[in-house]
Amino acid sequence: MTVPPTTPPDDVPGGSVYGPAAEEATELFQIYEPPDGAELAAARGKSISSVGSVEVLKVEDLTVGFPTEDGLVRAVRGVSYSLHEREVLGIVGESGSGKSVSSMAVMGLLPKGARITGDISFRGTNILSMSKQEQRSLRGRKIAMIFQDPMTAMNPVYTVGFQLAEAVLSHEVMSKKAAMARAEEMLNLVGIPQPKERLNSYPHEFSGGMRQRAMIAMAVINNPDVIIADEPTTALDVTVQAQILEKLIEVKDAFNAAIVLITHDLGVVAGMAHRTLVMYAGRPVELGKTEDVFYSPRMPYTAGLLGSIPSAGETGRLRPITGAPPSLINLPDGCPFSPRCPLATDICRTVEPELAPTDAPDHLGACHHWDRLAAAPDPTAFFRTESEARR
Amino acid sequence: MSAQAVPTPSSYEHLLDVHDLVMEFPVKGGGIFRKVIGKVQAVSGVTMYLDAGETLGVVGESGCGKSTTGRAILQLHKPTSGSVTLRGKELTTMSNEDLRGVRRNLQIVFQDPYASLNPKMPVNDIIGEALKIHGLWEKDGLDRVGDLLKLVGLSPEHGNRYPHEFSGGQRQRIGIARALALEPEVLILDEPVSALDVSVQAGVVNLLEDLQDTLGLAYFFIAHDLSVIRHISDRIAVMYLGKVVETGTRDAVYNEPKHPYTVALLSAAPEADPNSERSRQRIMLTGDVPSPLNPPSGCRFRTRCWKAQDICAAEEPPPIDHGGGHLVACHFPVTDISKETASAALHAARGFSSGDPREGRQEALRRVESVESALDIAKGPVGGGGG
Repeated sequence: MTVPPTTPPDDVPGGSVYGPAAEEATELFQIYEPPDGAELAAARGKSISSVGSVEVLKVEDLTVGFPTEDGLVRAVRGVSYSLHEREVLGIVGESGSGKSVSSMAVMGLLPKGARITGDISFRGTNILSMSKQEQRSLRGRKIAMIFQDPMTAMNPVYTVGFQLAEAVLSHEVMSKKAAMARAEEMLNLVGIPQPKERLNSYPHEFSGGMRQRAMIAMAVINNPDVIIADEPTTALDVTVQAQILEKLIEVKDAFNAAIVLITHDLGVVAGMAHRTLVMYAGRPVELGKTEDVFYSPRMPYTAGLLGSIPSAGETGRLRPITGAPPSLINLPDGCPFSPRCPLATDICRTVEPELAPTDAPDHLGACHHWDRLAAAPDPTAFFRTESEARR
Repeated sequence: MSAQAVPTPSSYEHLLDVHDLVMEFPVKGGGIFRKVIGKVQAVSGVTMYLDAGETLGVVGESGCGKSTTGRAILQLHKPTSGSVTLRGKELTTMSNEDLRGVRRNLQIVFQDPYASLNPKMPVNDIIGEALKIHGLWEKDGLDRVGDLLKLVGLSPEHGNRYPHEFSGGQRQRIGIARALALEPEVLILDEPVSALDVSVQAGVVNLLEDLQDTLGLAYFFIAHDLSVIRHISDRIAVMYLGKVVETGTRDAVYNEPKHPYTVALLSAAPEADPNSERSRQRIMLTGDVPSPLNPPSGCRFRTRCWKAQDICAAEEPPPIDHGGGHLVACHFPVTDISKETASAALHAARGFSSGDPREGRQEALRRVESVESALDIAKGPVGGGGG
């Protein structure tokens, strides 16, 4: 198996103003960026929009339920999305919104008791109807996963090298020595210094950032088509988070993989995702190009989330969403967000809105009143008036 | 709050003054005698102050000593050396009995609202316990607790419930009500909103601001979330590996950061704005925070700093005032941020020769040097290029 070059040539800002030497160097070190903002934006814009047309992963009407003593917990209620080659799809939502559970379903990692319906197809083949054997050959090879906490995701009693090699050997017939060589190559790729020596280290000897790098190495070691990153940087400090996200994008480009990026941090999604899916109470409530979702939200929940974040320019009061997310056992009638929504009317309390195209065909929203959001100059202002009225 | 008797109106400059605070934890070896084989230097000479009614935001990455500083102020950890004074009274030498009295004035809200409330106690008891311990529980105690619950946006009827019946945001409000029961002047808030979802977090931040306005509280606000710190703080202290590297007013620190670490930290924090996120220039720090068991000599940030020179290893930079109480502990403070981005990137490139294993380090250096000449910023060593 051949490894593509670390630095894909199409990611280099073309025609550097600093002459051929600088251009050569940018190719070598992607971290360097020319100071001209406009040119930079254009170059970055180019690299972020290079999405392939082939659909690698398609999830259709996925539902997941967990039977409990108190009743069925409807963790995911009809998630549909598609993922194209080299695309980054950001899935955001608060705890309990079903974002992690839906991706665990894709990986086939849910416990036995879980009730799963719907379709998950990888390159046209339905994963859910596959045998365990077939699922296993897909998992870790074609669809890889990066977990939130690398300390618990790795086995503390085996060396990092052993665990990386194990990932290769469980899918390919290869000598142990060759697998170790490949592990070393991967550690080098993700920027771990002295990779040969580090193969013999145990996970606890790595720092948090290095462990997450090793996790990325393990995820891409089989050259996957899809990487599911579940809160990959939540446990890390900001300066390390920046390094890891940069590395993730670099690795994705090197392997032509697509990423499903699950996070609660809107900032992380803003910088990385081509498209963003917002989830609430187990359902997707908004899906669209990241810019559209952030700049012109078509679902009040998204607007509320954006308004809750303290932003640089403003020092006034924050605009929280009042109330709490509903219980997944006992959902309210109609739109699950209606009890917290400043725009809610009678129809919202009786009919649950479908995820449907709003003002743009590729910008979907699940709201009866998205046109009112579209008409407002500042969609987050609905929450402001409400919270200030309460004072 | 005004009902609180002020015992000694002696002269003191600040409400809370922390001077040269050092906190070290011994590391013991195995063996029978558990000999001390090293010490974790969690906080190494921190000086900061807090005035009445203001918010000091203390920010830094995990392990920088910000929480330890907060606990050392409360004397929950006995500081190794240094002084902490509240209203001019020294706390570090005080007896436990006297400290109890002081703690009426100095309360703490913990990060994890799940671990910091006793699951076996109903909310009324959790909040009332503080009053009972301090002998302030009277016949109308329950009404007082009900008032506190109302103050933090809960209803008094909730008092009979147990913590597990509340959501994370509500629990944090209970934690705040408990801290407020004794009508303190200073609240130490140790990551009070980190465990909460964004939409809930905003509500708690608003509550804290309202309480400050109505009760005149001073906040020692510890957090790692830069946007929350920016929103709530009047002044900010940035910590790195047990030291304060930069302090100043909020605007000074955020708009004109001078310490390379502050500059890097601010540039690394993601913002929820796709266009600015994609076009911004980031300073990528190399490596991780060194171990506090064996911190670097001189400036503790030098191992990751792109501006480091020999002097940074030899001499610890003293905090220098850049005007208006903006103290920066750096030999080469940052003046032009956009220049720094390029020079930091070059520095990272120099130390990073991997990528293609066949690419030798020499070759990498040659290429870097050619960029330097192309950029025409290579006047002497690149580290000093921007400063």
